[in-house]
Amino acid sequence: MRHFIRSAAVAIAMATASTFTLSAAMAADLSGAGSTFIYPVFAKWADTYKKDTGIGLNYQSIGSGGGIKQVIAKTVTFGATDKPMSDADLEKNGLVQFPMVMGGIVPIVNLTGVKPGELVLDGKTLAQIYLGAITTWDDAAIKALNPTLTLPSTAIAVVHRSDGSGTTFNFTDYLVKLSPDWKDKVGSDTAVEWPTGVGAKGSEGVANTVKQTDGGIGYVEYAYAKQNNLSYSKLVNAAGKVVEPSLESFGAAASNADFKTAKNFNVIITNEPGDTTWPIAASTWVLIHKAPDDAAATGEALKFFAWAYKDGKETAKALDYVSIPDSVVDLIKASWKADIQAGGKPVYAGE
Amino acid sequence: MSAVQEALPAVRGSRDATVRRFALTDSIFHATTRAAAILVLVLLGGVAISLFAGSWQALSTFGFSFLTSESWNPVTEKFGALAPIYGTIITSAIAILIAVPLGIGIAIFLTELCPRPLRRPIGMAVELLAGIPSIIYGIWGLFVLAPFLQTTVQPFIISVFHGIPGLNGLFAGPPYGIGLLTSAMILAIMILPFITSITKDVFDTVPSVLKESAYGIGCTTWEVTRRVVIPYTRIGIMGGVMLALGRALGETMAVTFVIGNAHRISTSLFAPATTISATIANEFTEAVGDLYTSSLVALGLILFVITFLILAIARYMLMRIDARTGA
Repeated sequence: MRHFIRSAAVAIAMATASTFTLSAAMAADLSGAGSTFIYPVFAKWADTYKKDTGIGLNYQSIGSGGGIKQVIAKTVTFGATDKPMSDADLEKNGLVQFPMVMGGIVPIVNLTGVKPGELVLDGKTLAQIYLGAITTWDDAAIKALNPTLTLPSTAIAVVHRSDGSGTTFNFTDYLVKLSPDWKDKVGSDTAVEWPTGVGAKGSEGVANTVKQTDGGIGYVEYAYAKQNNLSYSKLVNAAGKVVEPSLESFGAAASNADFKTAKNFNVIITNEPGDTTWPIAASTWVLIHKAPDDAAATGEALKFFAWAYKDGKETAKALDYVSIPDSVVDLIKASWKADIQAGGKPVYAGE
Repeated sequence: MSAVQEALPAVRGSRDATVRRFALTDSIFHATTRAAAILVLVLLGGVAISLFAGSWQALSTFGFSFLTSESWNPVTEKFGALAPIYGTIITSAIAILIAVPLGIGIAIFLTELCPRPLRRPIGMAVELLAGIPSIIYGIWGLFVLAPFLQTTVQPFIISVFHGIPGLNGLFAGPPYGIGLLTSAMILAIMILPFITSITKDVFDTVPSVLKESAYGIGCTTWEVTRRVVIPYTRIGIMGGVMLALGRALGETMAVTFVIGNAHRISTSLFAPATTISATIANEFTEAVGDLYTSSLVALGLILFVITFLILAIARYMLMRIDARTGA
């Protein structure tokens, strides 16, 4: 009996010790939450970064709204959102925001006899489809954009996201800019009151519903359309040119975005000018506290972001994201030095 | 002799101590179990209070119109719960319509007609349905059931009822494959084991004397089931149905996958709709703004009230049958 008690005590002591070492290791990990749009590239970056530095990243892709809530509640070191926070909200919660990565959103369609990239749409027509005003594929408005295609009389099955999403925010923002009707009746947000169609959960839900429904139309991040061989459509951009979704056309949208004069890097890159620009591009912003409680963790997070801007470019490209241009990265680092402080000194110690 | 007399008080003293110790352990035991029982009430009250507090902003802003308005617009912050309430009630009602006859049929077969060797496997299979996680039902519904309905069943039904007034509105296209009816079907499969196992248990409470007497005067199995077993267990079956209904009302993940998540009320069973729990699951993480979050919590409060009422009725019915059988 006595022997048993002694061995139990030893076991408990060992267990406690191992918990301590575990929590010490956990403390070194970065923690973040938010956007699902950025999750694939964060996961890949974190993988490489852990190999290089031994510091891991625990990122929960729970959606932009969730990320905002968590970072305000200080349960995570940083949040990530596809919809930038307003200046007032940033001020109120003592946060700074900066863009981390950009990408593109593409309309996907399911039409018998129409191959990927054959169909051309523009913002106005897209808005009419999503308003339920255009109900069949052989509508005059769609025919006018596609004089060479034979379009079926199939009913259009509109598919949208059912969960709140940054993708929806950017897509509806584009429709607002192109269609006064859409602006009046629906507006733009991470979730809106859709006039027609069916909601599917997550990008994978939208992709699947479109795949399964003859005459379906939806919208997803480009990487998603590409990896699943979904039939995407071309779009007419602000310059009136027909463009294909590609890293180049997203990059053109990013390079035309004016981050220099924008307060808090609040630039939405839909419907940007330029002949080669893809009209529905999107950024993901990182949110972090100005006066962090845990300066060390914030410093480590900023180090990781700096590394990602510099050494994560190839990874981002491989996953069809557009990296933030170097000129903008310099602006971002300057804002870190100026705004994120602990004890009167900037938290970020890099160059 | 004298030694015995001297020992007596000591014995009595140790006996008193033992009795006292017993009384003490009993009272501790009593207090612990009572505390556990009260904890449940406290938790339930806590949930109700926090739901009420969380939904206060929405309820005070929209008032009664929250229950009657169909608009759910995060952009203009106008919220009304009618569409999700409608979807919740309709999907659960159709699920009950499908699952009750099926479940009772299975229970009758298992208790009255099934050959012994088959009884266990079939019973186990039905119980296993309850063990499948709801996310699996959702994925199966989205990838297997919905496409099947979309390509075969729905176009056929739409063409059959086309032009028949009343019914053509009930089965109007386009066939998305997902919608009210698909969710109701998934729900029906999910609640089947509850109905079957409770019905089976109450069937077993029927005294064999009653059944044997009925068979003795020449009744068929159908007549015994119809005139003896079911009337005797009516309340118990109702209790089982109510429990299943409570489960159907609150089901979240499986429904979210296949209901189509559209905040609209339409007469067609093929149209996309939404339920209270699906709306909360879909929108809570992205709900930015106090009023939006509060409206979602208010939806939760409505569901809590509906489910609570249903389950209270179920418990009451099952209690009555217990009282009658003296169990």
